[in-house]
Amino acid sequence: MKTFAMGGVHPEENKISTSAAIEEFPLPKTAVILMNQHLGAPATPCVAKGDTVKVGQLIGKAEAFMCANVHSPFSGTVAKIDICKDAFGLAKPAIYINVEGDEWEESIDRTPDIKRECSLEPKEIVDKLKAMGVVGLGGATFPTHIKYSIAPDKKAEYLIINAVECEPYLTSDHRVMMEHAEEICIGVSILRKALGVPNAYIGIENNKPEPIAVMKAMAAKFEGIIVEPLKVKYPQGAEKQLINAITGRRVPSGKLPIDVGCVVSNVGTAYAVYEAIQKNKPLVENILTVTGKKLEKQHNYHVRFGTTYNDIIAHAMGTLPETTGKVISGGPMMGKAVSNLDGPTTKGASSVLVIDESEAKRAEESNCIRCGKCMNACPMGLEPYLFSALVKNRRIEEAGQHNILDCIECGCCFFSCPANKPLLDEIRLGKNLYRGILMAKKK
Amino acid sequence: MTEIWSAVLVLSITGAIFAMVLYFVAQKFKVVEDPLIDEVAEVLPGANCGGCGKAGCRAMAEAFVKQGNMEGLSCPAGGAEVAKKVAALLGCTPEEKEPQVAVVRCNGSCANATAKTHYDGLQDCAFANSLYTGESGCAFGCLGLGNCSRACQFDALSIDPETGLPVVNEDKCVACGACVKACPRGIIELRNKGMKNRRVFVACRNKEKGADARKSCSAACIGCGKCAKTCPFGAITVENNLAYIDFNVCKLCRKCVAECPTGAIHAVNFPPKVERPAAPAAPAAEASQPATAEATTNNTTQA
Repeated sequence: MKTFAMGGVHPEENKISTSAAIEEFPLPKTAVILMNQHLGAPATPCVAKGDTVKVGQLIGKAEAFMCANVHSPFSGTVAKIDICKDAFGLAKPAIYINVEGDEWEESIDRTPDIKRECSLEPKEIVDKLKAMGVVGLGGATFPTHIKYSIAPDKKAEYLIINAVECEPYLTSDHRVMMEHAEEICIGVSILRKALGVPNAYIGIENNKPEPIAVMKAMAAKFEGIIVEPLKVKYPQGAEKQLINAITGRRVPSGKLPIDVGCVVSNVGTAYAVYEAIQKNKPLVENILTVTGKKLEKQHNYHVRFGTTYNDIIAHAMGTLPETTGKVISGGPMMGKAVSNLDGPTTKGASSVLVIDESEAKRAEESNCIRCGKCMNACPMGLEPYLFSALVKNRRIEEAGQHNILDCIECGCCFFSCPANKPLLDEIRLGKNLYRGILMAKKK
Repeated sequence: MTEIWSAVLVLSITGAIFAMVLYFVAQKFKVVEDPLIDEVAEVLPGANCGGCGKAGCRAMAEAFVKQGNMEGLSCPAGGAEVAKKVAALLGCTPEEKEPQVAVVRCNGSCANATAKTHYDGLQDCAFANSLYTGESGCAFGCLGLGNCSRACQFDALSIDPETGLPVVNEDKCVACGACVKACPRGIIELRNKGMKNRRVFVACRNKEKGADARKSCSAACIGCGKCAKTCPFGAITVENNLAYIDFNVCKLCRKCVAECPTGAIHAVNFPPKVERPAAPAAPAAEASQPATAEATTNNTTQA
């Protein structure tokens, strides 16, 4: 069975919410829509205080190149346009909406019928994705229309759909494949058409036998969609590792997947593409896993972004369990702890993970014993222990020469370190400082 | 016997040849250096702190000698004393410079800005700053992880375990500015030492609106502007909901300290205020303000 060549670890899977069907999350009373929910520049608000908005109405316009449109996930009135503290307490421009009713834009097809035919040309598909504000839902929130606008000197050969979901706990991809297999396949066909590639590969780890069976049965009805079961290994869902697992190609240092002829999109993105292209529905909601070992019930929700973490917690479990250590947005390996539960969810949010106190604390750090486990675990072939020492002594340029920027921040080094050294923290700091040096040099 | 003589002869000849080679090499590759550089380097503190902006004391000495005067160059670590010595060597007048000291402009102690979250990641301010706002929720306040104290070459900065804030030892601080560069949030500022070592400054950097600033810290500047209105010398400006006292204009009258509703303005090294028995107009709240300021005074001078 296929997998990537170098490094990787196998953390406890803890996929306890796989059997929870996707539920509609009730509408909150007020919502905050951040203007930068994607990688790149924030969108510019194009509504004013007091305006009434409908679901799917454009409220944030993409003006920069690296930007995505933001549409209102709710109907109601714009309460104010102000700064909002996001889930990590950082101030960001946002639109506050008082939610009233649930009125959708007329152009959006809300019937449950599946629309199979797509007559749009590749260029039109990309333009429509841009208009609908679709971004990658794997976590990085890279604007999809930019990914699918291939430069004339590059050529795409493979379309890879990432349904690996290698992070422990997360089950949103699992559920969307179980419940929306046909829509996903239509979405994949649309993306395939946009790129003009013969085949699309859907990579799924083989700890998900049910979705593999469902997707295989559905893919058989479509032309050029191949389901590829993969050996379970973290971080297989990372773009470069997935490319390596499926095609055997390696993305060189500092290059992009398109340089080896690959384009990778998340399975959730494929579903969003189907809804955007076939149903005219902009990206206004996402599937969110609400899970934790100490929770009585596990959930998968269709949540419109702008709903706050507190709203989700209140509806899913009432109050947080008393022994909660932290709440994480994303998976336990790469996710970030939410420090401000009043903060809103965004397009990139994939889970609300409640971690118990006993598991939340870091073990005490001791000295490096030069065992080399971090090197063996690193899927990028880097030397985390070296970065740790260099960054500690602020020898940042040297760390840069050892390709610190290639680090994908998967956390395998930290996970495997027997001395519990905060390797990933040091590498992230080193990356930040090195980027600063590069920026200063450019000027 | 002849063996000895031949050995002596061979060694003498080779010795003479080497001596000649070394002589010519020394002539050819001679490095002419102004002996003044050595002398200047001798009087500089030799801490290589980098406070002057040069790579070290030697580089600074070279810069002094190359320029021939002291215009635009100053050694913050050495202060006026070193400046005098250098001026004597260079034969110029030393530039008059107010002595400065590092000032911590944050009052987000554990009591004022209570921790809402717990951080157990890498103990480095620059990293914590890139992650999130910090334990108190204030995106402008001190993170208390000690980058400044690690950057200090003179052992003048330490984190007070009780308040979680850095404390400057004014006797040791030479105002080299290493801590200013090390702080990712720009909390530390070099300010003039002031008359009798007394200073008045706003101990806050929070640019949020008043209500938001108060949410994360009870001693935050809320940008109400009372201090600016009170100041008889126009030393205070309020910009982006944050007051700033210009130390070149401030006359240390301390009217702003009494006026500040949150106690964000600190006055240090003033003698304790004498209780005036007949002060009917002063309400209790106003009287408590100088008291808190004095409490911090003690903190700062203890170190």
